[in-house]
Amino acid sequence: MFDILSYGFMRRAALASVLGGASCGIVGVWVIMLGIPFVGVAMAHAAFAGALLGLLIGVDPVLSGFLFCLLSASLIGPVADRGDFEPNLSTGIIFSIVLGLAFLFMGLIEGPKAEAMRYIWGSILTVRQTDINLLALTAAAIGSFLLIFFKEILAVLYDRRTARAAGVPDKAIFYLILFLCGATVTLNLNTVGGILIFSLVISPPAAAYQLTYSLKKMHLISAAFGVISCLLGLGFSYAFNLPSGAMIIIISGLIFIISLVFSPKRRKVYVRT
Amino acid sequence: MKNKENNYNIVEMSGVSVRHKGCTAIDNITLNIRKGSLLALIGPNGAGKTTLLNLINGFSGATSGTVKVFGRKINKKTSGELRKRIGYISQEAVNAPRAPVSVYEAVSIGRIGKRGLLRKLKEEDHNAIKKAIHSVGLGGFESRPVGSLSGGERQKTAIARALSQQPDIMLMDEPTSSLDLKSVREIINIVDEIYREYNITVIYVTHILQHIPPSCGRAVMLKNGRIIWSGKHRGSYSEKLIIELYDLPETTLTGGDEIPFSDKSICKYV
Repeated sequence: MFDILSYGFMRRAALASVLGGASCGIVGVWVIMLGIPFVGVAMAHAAFAGALLGLLIGVDPVLSGFLFCLLSASLIGPVADRGDFEPNLSTGIIFSIVLGLAFLFMGLIEGPKAEAMRYIWGSILTVRQTDINLLALTAAAIGSFLLIFFKEILAVLYDRRTARAAGVPDKAIFYLILFLCGATVTLNLNTVGGILIFSLVISPPAAAYQLTYSLKKMHLISAAFGVISCLLGLGFSYAFNLPSGAMIIIISGLIFIISLVFSPKRRKVYVRT
Repeated sequence: MKNKENNYNIVEMSGVSVRHKGCTAIDNITLNIRKGSLLALIGPNGAGKTTLLNLINGFSGATSGTVKVFGRKINKKTSGELRKRIGYISQEAVNAPRAPVSVYEAVSIGRIGKRGLLRKLKEEDHNAIKKAIHSVGLGGFESRPVGSLSGGERQKTAIARALSQQPDIMLMDEPTSSLDLKSVREIINIVDEIYREYNITVIYVTHILQHIPPSCGRAVMLKNGRIIWSGKHRGSYSEKLIIELYDLPETTLTGGDEIPFSDKSICKYV
């Protein structure tokens, strides 16, 4: 069964699954709890557009994707903070602009577009050692941030205004969350691609939310679901010669449906006193 | 017991105006609040009550004039530090939070800011959290998810969270406005008890006269961003004043009776 791990590319793919799945699972909890799921969509597409620009002008697509992602995060954050209008509206505008740019860059790339298509659909089997190193670095940054600032993260996810009123530096925590979200999304373009990455950020925490009343456990379960989705998706992709990105997303969707059906929240009733 | 030597102004506002998107939310207000007092800010919706609270905890800045809290000007630089001494209960406290957080964790937020970054909560923090939870009558609810509580219980959680900060000032923004009558009475009693037991200055915003805690010493009436009346809180207010405050038609109240809301009338109305 573990014969497949004798191949170097499969070992790298499995490692990318564990690192990417766990990272997406954790940042997904923050995105969902902050009520900004569309920020994830906009950032994923910004990273995708940036990667295509990188291909077009001969810059490392991961670097250009990351810069684009950060640029969109730096626009979304302050606009969401100003509260002049619904943050989802500004996110929607940024989303449509970066999607337009992505199609523009795609059209401008001459010759075969196989490399560009990789950033749409992802190809976990082709991840390089450099990608693994960056994924490990991001996962370590996310893990450290979570462990060191868990109490501040809890306060901000509970309610930003309440956190601010209590003297918690909510803005710094919120912007760090956006930054780590951007880094995770960009570096996982290789695994599931720009179109599907959003599902991997949303489905695992949504499934975890069905199973626990504890924020701490939600982080753990969501990270585990992210890893399981990536590993099982990778396994099915290898066994049945199917697209890996699509399989990862289908598995994460199935985990959500199963969690929804078997959620103890639908059985446990708190009696009001 | 309450410290009676409270003879300085904990909040000083001088010629304060706030203009936002072409509207004047606060119009040239001068207001001093004595340490250890329970002040009721009364007014209709849109009078500027919440804006006034936001000025005190630095959520928003004044367009003109100065706001001093604890003798220091509140601005972007000082607000983060000063807020650790100010408990704040927002109008939204009754809403269910999205995050799965227990009552204990929610109340601990009051200590998180006070303790500061990279510092773990200590035994004294946990003692303050437990004491605050018991003070509002939520003992036994510690592990309950806040999302599973009723609106009144969530409001008590918010009061406990602010109380765990051991603040010098407590800002309460319409804590009873969306609660049922039983919960309203409970919250009023809790505010009264907290005020009597701890040496906290309470600024209590409401648009419902009957919801003012009995210990309230002074009331300020706001309308269109201006103070239209200020003075000792009384058991009743004149019909004329109420009609003016809420822009009621002259025929709403008849007979020229005073509008009562003494302790007894709270029991009657609530």
